[in-house]
Amino acid sequence: MCGIVGIYLKSKKFEKSLGGMLSKMLISMESRGPDSAGFAIYNKNKNKIYKYSICLNELSFEKFRKEIKKKIIFTKLDKNSDHVILKSTEKPGKIIPVLEGFKGISLVGYGKSIEIFKQIGKPSNVVKKFDLDNFSGTHAIGHTRMATESAITTDGSHPYSTGEDECLVHNGSLSNHNNLRRKLKKNGSKFNSDNDTEVAAGYISDSLKDRNLKQTLKKGLSDLDGFYTFIAGTHSGFAVLRDEIACKPAVIAETKDYVAISSEFQAMAHLPNVNNAKIFEPEPGIVYSWGK
Amino acid sequence: MILDLKKLKLRSVNEKLQNIDRKKNKRDFVVSNPEGNHAICAGLTENIDVTIKGHVGYYCAGMNQNANIIVDGNVGTGVAENMMSGKVHVKGNASQSAGATAHGGTLIIDGDASSRCGISMKGIDIIVKGSVGHMSAFMAQSGNLVVCGDAGEALGDSLYETNIYVKGKVKSLGADCEEKKMNKQHKNKLKELLKKAGSNIKPEQFKRYGSARKLYNFNIDNVSNY
Repeated sequence: MCGIVGIYLKSKKFEKSLGGMLSKMLISMESRGPDSAGFAIYNKNKNKIYKYSICLNELSFEKFRKEIKKKIIFTKLDKNSDHVILKSTEKPGKIIPVLEGFKGISLVGYGKSIEIFKQIGKPSNVVKKFDLDNFSGTHAIGHTRMATESAITTDGSHPYSTGEDECLVHNGSLSNHNNLRRKLKKNGSKFNSDNDTEVAAGYISDSLKDRNLKQTLKKGLSDLDGFYTFIAGTHSGFAVLRDEIACKPAVIAETKDYVAISSEFQAMAHLPNVNNAKIFEPEPGIVYSWGK
Repeated sequence: MILDLKKLKLRSVNEKLQNIDRKKNKRDFVVSNPEGNHAICAGLTENIDVTIKGHVGYYCAGMNQNANIIVDGNVGTGVAENMMSGKVHVKGNASQSAGATAHGGTLIIDGDASSRCGISMKGIDIIVKGSVGHMSAFMAQSGNLVVCGDAGEALGDSLYETNIYVKGKVKSLGADCEEKKMNKQHKNKLKELLKKAGSNIKPEQFKRYGSARKLYNFNIDNVSNY
C-alpha cells in the first residue's frame, strides 16, 4: 500500500509551519504505511555549505563525532535523534568516500538544500522522534511504508536520495528493478538496498545528467515497468507521476499559497484553506511539476 | 439533524444513519466535517435524505439501499459501490471505480469521474456531467452509463449488456465494444436519465455504445430461457 505526501509552497506564508503541515499529513497516512516513515525537507541554500543526512543506526553520536573530526576538519554536526546532519563546505566528492568508509552508518541524502530523516516504526512515532513539527522550509516530501518487496529497515525506508538535493518517494512496486539495477550499476550508480524504489531513484539521478526532471519522468514511463505514483523532489520543487494504469491513488490540492499532494484526501483535510483549494487527481501518464 | 464528524466517531454516525428511529420519522440528516474519511454513509437501508458537507474518502454510500445521499464535495475511490437502490449525487469530482458493481439506483456526478467508472455495473444508472477516465464500464453487465463530456481509453472493454451514451469524444473503445444505433427507446431512456440529473442536453447529441456480443457466450436471443 504505502502513503505518500508532499507540499510545495508557492508563497512565504507557510514556510515556518511547513514541518507541522507535513507531520499531520504523515500521521494521517499511518494506516497506509505503519512499518516505517521518512521525510525530506528543503530549505533555500544561502551559502556553499553542504548538508549530509546520516543515520547513525547503532553507532553512538559521541563515537561518531570523535572519529569524524579526525577525518574532516571544518564540520558542524547537528544531532537529531539517531540522525546527524553533517554540515561542511567540503564537496561531496571528498566527503562521501569518507562516510562510506564508516562502518554501520547510512548516508541517507546530501545536498545544499535537502535534509532527510527516515526510520522504522509508526509514522506518528517517527515524526515525533525527529520533531518534524518544528521544521521550516520551502517544500517537503514524505512517505509511510507498508513493506512488500524488501525488508523493514532504515535502508528500506523512503525517501530515497541518490543524487545531490534529489529524492524520491513511491507508492507501488516495480517489476523490472533487478534488470535496471544491473544496467545502472554498470554506469557507475551505487545502491544500498534490494529495494525497487531505490532503483527508480538511481534511474532518475542517472537520467537527470542529460535531462530536466520533467523529461526524465516522461522517459521513465517507458523504462520503469510496474505500478507507481512517484513524487520526485529537487532543490527547487517537485514533480508527480502516476503510471498509465493508475491503480495507485493520488490527489492534489492547489491554493494560491501551496500545492499539496497525498495518496488520500484525508491527509490534506487539515491544511489551511483546503476547502477552497482546486482539488484534482493527477491523470495517468502525465507529469505534473512545480518549481524547476 | 446534524452529525458532526469532528465530535462523533465515524462508526457512531454510520450506526445512527443505519438504525434511524422510524417512530420519530426524522428523515433529514447533515453530516458535517467529513474530512476525507472513508465509508461515510455505507450500508444505509432507509428512505432518508443525507447531505454530506465536504470532501469524502473511499466507498462513500457503499451498498446503499433507498437513501438519497448528496455529497457537497469530491468523493474518493468507489462511491456508491454495490448500490442496490436510492440516489447518490456528487457535486464535485469522483475518483476511480465510481458506481462499481452497483445493482440499482442512480448515481449523478456533476464533475468528472476518473478511471473505471461503472466497472462491472449490474443495473445502476450513472450520469456523469463531466468526463470519465480510462477503462470505464469495464465488464459492465446491465444499466446505463451516461457521459456528458469525453471518455478515456478502452471504453466498455469486455462489455455485456450495459448501454453507454457519450456526448463528447471517446479516446478508444475496448474489446467487444462498438457504436450502436440510437433508437427511439434509447432516446427516451436517455432523455429520462438526463432529466433526472437536471440536465437539458438533447439526447440527439449523444452516441450510443454497446457490446458486439462476440466475447461472451450468453446469447441474447435466448434471454427468456435464462
